[in-house]
Amino acid sequence: MTLAQTSDARAYAPPIAVFEQDYAALRRRARITWAVGSFIFLVLFALSSWLGDFFKITQVSLADGSREWRWIIPAGIPRLGEYVAKTVPDLNWATLGADLADWFWRWKIWLNLLVETVLIAFMATVFGVVGGFLLSFPAARNLAPNRWVLWLSRRVLEIARTVPDLVWALIFVFCFSVGPMAGVLAIGLHSAGSLGKLYSEVNENIDMRPLEGVKAAGGTWFDQIRYGAVPQVLPNIISYTLLRFEINVRSSSIIGYVGAGGLGQEFREAMSLQEYTDLSALFVIIFVTVIVIDYGSEKLRHRVIGLERTP
Amino acid sequence: MTSVLTLRSVSRHFGDTRAVDDVNLSIEAGQFVGVIGRSGAGKSTMLRLINRLIDPTTGSISFEGVEVTALKGRALRDWRRSCAMIFQQFNLVDRLDVLTNVLIGRLAEHGFLSSMTMRFSDAERTMAIEALDRLDLVPQALQRAGTLSGGQQQRVAIAKALVQNPKIMLADEPIASLDPANATLVMDGLRAINKDHGITVLVNLHTLDTARAYCDRIIAMRQGRVFFDGTAAQLTDDVVRDIYGTEGLREFNAAVTSTQTITGQPTTSISA
Repeated sequence: MTLAQTSDARAYAPPIAVFEQDYAALRRRARITWAVGSFIFLVLFALSSWLGDFFKITQVSLADGSREWRWIIPAGIPRLGEYVAKTVPDLNWATLGADLADWFWRWKIWLNLLVETVLIAFMATVFGVVGGFLLSFPAARNLAPNRWVLWLSRRVLEIARTVPDLVWALIFVFCFSVGPMAGVLAIGLHSAGSLGKLYSEVNENIDMRPLEGVKAAGGTWFDQIRYGAVPQVLPNIISYTLLRFEINVRSSSIIGYVGAGGLGQEFREAMSLQEYTDLSALFVIIFVTVIVIDYGSEKLRHRVIGLERTP
Repeated sequence: MTSVLTLRSVSRHFGDTRAVDDVNLSIEAGQFVGVIGRSGAGKSTMLRLINRLIDPTTGSISFEGVEVTALKGRALRDWRRSCAMIFQQFNLVDRLDVLTNVLIGRLAEHGFLSSMTMRFSDAERTMAIEALDRLDLVPQALQRAGTLSGGQQQRVAIAKALVQNPKIMLADEPIASLDPANATLVMDGLRAINKDHGITVLVNLHTLDTARAYCDRIIAMRQGRVFFDGTAAQLTDDVVRDIYGTEGLREFNAAVTSTQTITGQPTTSISA
C-alpha cells in the first residue's frame, strides 16, 4: 500500500516488475513476522519452564544409599515406571479367573458406583442443556434484547464455567453434604456455562432474515427466537450436547474424590490405603466406559448430522 | 378517496446518510402503489419505517388516524400484523414446514405458552390452508420451506401475509430474486389480493415495466426524497432518466432497469 504511493515511476513500470517488488516486500514482512513470533514464543516457553521447575536440580538417593544432585527430569521419569509397575496386578495364565476376581474384588460396589457415575453425568448434562440453552439466546450479541441483558447473561455463563467443577463440587458438598446430588449440581453448573457459551456462538452465526420475518408479522422477541432461531440451531445444539455428555462422564468419574458421588471416592480410598492394583482396576473400568460412551455418542452425532444432509 | 396511510416529513438518518429525507405521502385505501428508484434511493427504508422494523429519526406516520410511530408493545405488534410485509429474500424459516411458516402470520394473536409450544387452533390451520390454496401451494403444505423454489417461497410468504388479516400489504422487491414466470405469479397474486379484498398494496419495484403494468400509482424516490408521484402515463422517458440519474448512460432502455443485484442485508444496501 505504502509502496504504491512512493513513486510516480511505478505508475509507468511494467506490471510484472511492480509485482516482483511487491512480492519481495510481502516476503520480507512475512519473515520478520516469523522471526519476532518465534522469539516471543521461545522466551515465553523458557520462562514458563523455569517457573514450572523444569530446570530444577534436586537431591536424589542412589541405590547404594549415597545422595547426589541431579536434574529433576531424568531423575523423576524412572519413578513413573515404578508407580505404574506397582499398579499392575499379578496375573497368571493358570489361575487367570481367580486372579481377575482378585483384581476386581470389589466389582459389585464398583459396578453400582459406575451406574451412579453415568447417571450423575446424565443428570448434569440435562441441567447443563436447560441452563445453557435458555441463557444462550440473551448471551448472543445478535439476539440479546439489550446491552444489559447481554452483559448479565454472559457474566453468569462465565462464572458458571470458569469455576472448575471440582471446586463447585467442594462448595456443594459443603452445602448439601456428601453424595451424588452435589456432583450433579457441580457438573451441571459447569456444563451450563460451557454449553451456554458454545450455543451462543452458534446463535451468533444464524441467518437473521427468518427472525425479521417473524418480527414483521407481529411476533414478540420470544416468538422470533422460537420460530426464527431455534430451528436453525437445533442440529448444532444436539451435537454439542452429546459431546458434553462424553466430557461429563469423565468429570463425574473423578468428582467423587471430593465426596460428590460416583467412582471418584474409590480412587481416593485406594490412593490413601495404597491399594495400587485397585487403582488400575478402576482405571480400566473408567477407560472402557468412556470408550463405549464416546463411540455411542459419536455414532449418534453422525446420525444427527447425516439426517441434516438428507431432509 | 380517503387517505388511510399518511407520512408527514418522515426522515431516517444512518450516520450522515439520509436514507429517507423529508418524505410526505398519503396513500388511499385500496390503491396499488409502486415505489421505484435506484438502489439506495430509500425505498426499502421507507417500507421498513411504515412497518416499524426501524424507527424514523423525525416525522410522523399515521394509519386511519392512529399515530404509528407512537405505538409500543402489544399495540405495535398488532400494527405489524395489520401491515403485512413481504421481503425480497422471502424471510421464511427454511427448516420449518410450509404450514407452520404460514401460521407464523397468526403469532401476534397468541399468548406466550401456545406460541412457544407451536399450538395453533383448527380455525387457524383452516385459514392457513385456504390461503395456501389461493396460491396453489396445498400439495407443498407439509414440506420444509427451504426445499421450495424461490417463486414458491415467495407465494408462501404471501399466504403468511394473508393470514395476518392485513389492512395494508408492503412488499419490498418481492420479485427481484425470481425468474419472469414466477415474478408474474407473485405480482398477479398481489393484484388479486388488492382487487378481491381491497387491501392497500405498497410495493417496491425496480423493473419499470412491472410498475407500469400493475400499479395504479407510481412513486419514484431519489436520494431519500419523493421525486415523482403520479400515474404510469405521467411517467415519461425524461422523468425516468432523472429518477435513475443515468450518468454515463446515453441510451436508456426502460426494459433493462433491473440493474440491482441481490444485497444480503437490506439495511446495508443503504449507501450512496
